[in-house]
Amino acid sequence: MKVTIDEHTIEVEPGTTVLQAARMIGGDCVPPTMCYYSKLEDCGGKCRCCLVEISKGSERDPRPMPKLQPSCVTAVQDGMEVKSATSPRALEARQAVTEFLLINHPLDCPVCDQAGECDLQNLAYGNKNFKTRYIEQKRTYEPEDIGPYIQLHMNRCVLCYRCVKLADQLTPERVHGVIGRGDHAQISTYISKAIDNNFSGNMIDVCPVGALTDKTFRFESRVWFNKPFNAHRDCPHCSGKVTLWMFGDHVQRVTARKDEYHEVEEFICNECRFDHKKAEDWVIEGPRKFEKDSVLNVNNYTRQLKKVKIDTDDLVLEGRKQDQKKISMSEFPFDQAEMEAIKKANEE
Amino acid sequence: MAIENISLSGRKTAVTNKDMSFWERIYLVQIVKGMMITIRHFFKKKITIQYPEQTRTYSPVYRGLHVLMRDEEGRERCTACGLCALACPAEAITMKAAERTKDELHLYREEKYAAVYEINMLRCIFCGLCEDACPKEAIFLTKSQKHVNVGTNRESFIYGKDKLVISVEDGKNKRYN
Repeated sequence: MKVTIDEHTIEVEPGTTVLQAARMIGGDCVPPTMCYYSKLEDCGGKCRCCLVEISKGSERDPRPMPKLQPSCVTAVQDGMEVKSATSPRALEARQAVTEFLLINHPLDCPVCDQAGECDLQNLAYGNKNFKTRYIEQKRTYEPEDIGPYIQLHMNRCVLCYRCVKLADQLTPERVHGVIGRGDHAQISTYISKAIDNNFSGNMIDVCPVGALTDKTFRFESRVWFNKPFNAHRDCPHCSGKVTLWMFGDHVQRVTARKDEYHEVEEFICNECRFDHKKAEDWVIEGPRKFEKDSVLNVNNYTRQLKKVKIDTDDLVLEGRKQDQKKISMSEFPFDQAEMEAIKKANEE
Repeated sequence: MAIENISLSGRKTAVTNKDMSFWERIYLVQIVKGMMITIRHFFKKKITIQYPEQTRTYSPVYRGLHVLMRDEEGRERCTACGLCALACPAEAITMKAAERTKDELHLYREEKYAAVYEINMLRCIFCGLCEDACPKEAIFLTKSQKHVNVGTNRESFIYGKDKLVISVEDGKNKRYN
């Protein structure tokens, strides 16, 4: 089937959705998504972020569709013409949807652990000249404890249902779901039942906002202070292919590897995610690439530098080892390896 | 006329070896002339400031020692979001976040706070980018109107929260607002 998106024509299989076709083309025409997740079945059509204008229905019925269509659940038809980034109507609608999503979303990005890799943050920053018009009290929930590994912040939830679909499709018994209707709808475990399935940690990765975050990483560090590395280990439960978020030699956080649409490539088990926080547990493959406009790249002046060799005594430049003292962050002492290095230097 | 003899500046005078007259030789006129200039300065307004007894007033945009603000209820505004450390071109700021407990509600404004917040004044270039980056209006360079003190050892230049955060009274009295 032939489909044209933003003047790009592509041949696709019948049954492909417009969004999938747009992703095959790539570039600017890919609509943003908050609820659609390609790795989960029957997931999409809820957030309305991926609205597109269909200017020609199909070859047989060339009339344009009167309303904007959610591209993640609209199947392509032969000869369909779609306007995504070139349609001012679709862009305006997406901005309105973003504003709706932000109505009840707290603006606590400085506190939120998801900040820096949050889909809603990216979406909101994509809105030019965005200013909130909402002056009423935002919806708030009582904090709920859903187990030792996952932190639930219901205030930040955008009700995308991704975590519910994931629990349905990946774990045998789902213990959480959406409770209540309309404005009262919330993700909950019903009588605070702890989520303890071995694959439940993937809910953290599929959550587009900071509603479900890693409790073992809570307030440990900001996303942009860590460096992502590809790593793997021999895991009996999952593929064991993960991204390690390291600060120096310390593994701050383990997540699954995410592709360019921030979707998990392979789901990982809780054991890999929460229990292996030592660099020795992992085989590190190398640094992970990130997007050019990622926050990880902000203020990053690291590039390959030639070592300047000055022909004076090394001591003049760097000082003696035994005089080197930890003057900053002194409450966080040297670790064992560093202590031994200093001790060794003192003995020499 | 030869080029050597032309005065391009108009101030060129020929050096002569002429003998000085009697009045010129006793220098009295020259000394009186010089003293006039000296004495005139006794009665002029003095330019010097007797630091440290007197201090010059700083411009309102003078960037000096950083302060970490408290709000009008005396709670710390900083939430350790790390944007100042991200914006800092000299990498002078380090911090460690912690979660607020129930009995610390009066101390910290948000759920998260900076347990450790250090600025290395040896690295800081006082550019003010941290102030620009702060989403919580917590860090200011312009409000203290103070220098960073000199020191004799490097540790004294690591300013922790004890030196940066304003007192609760100052926060409540809005001294720095």
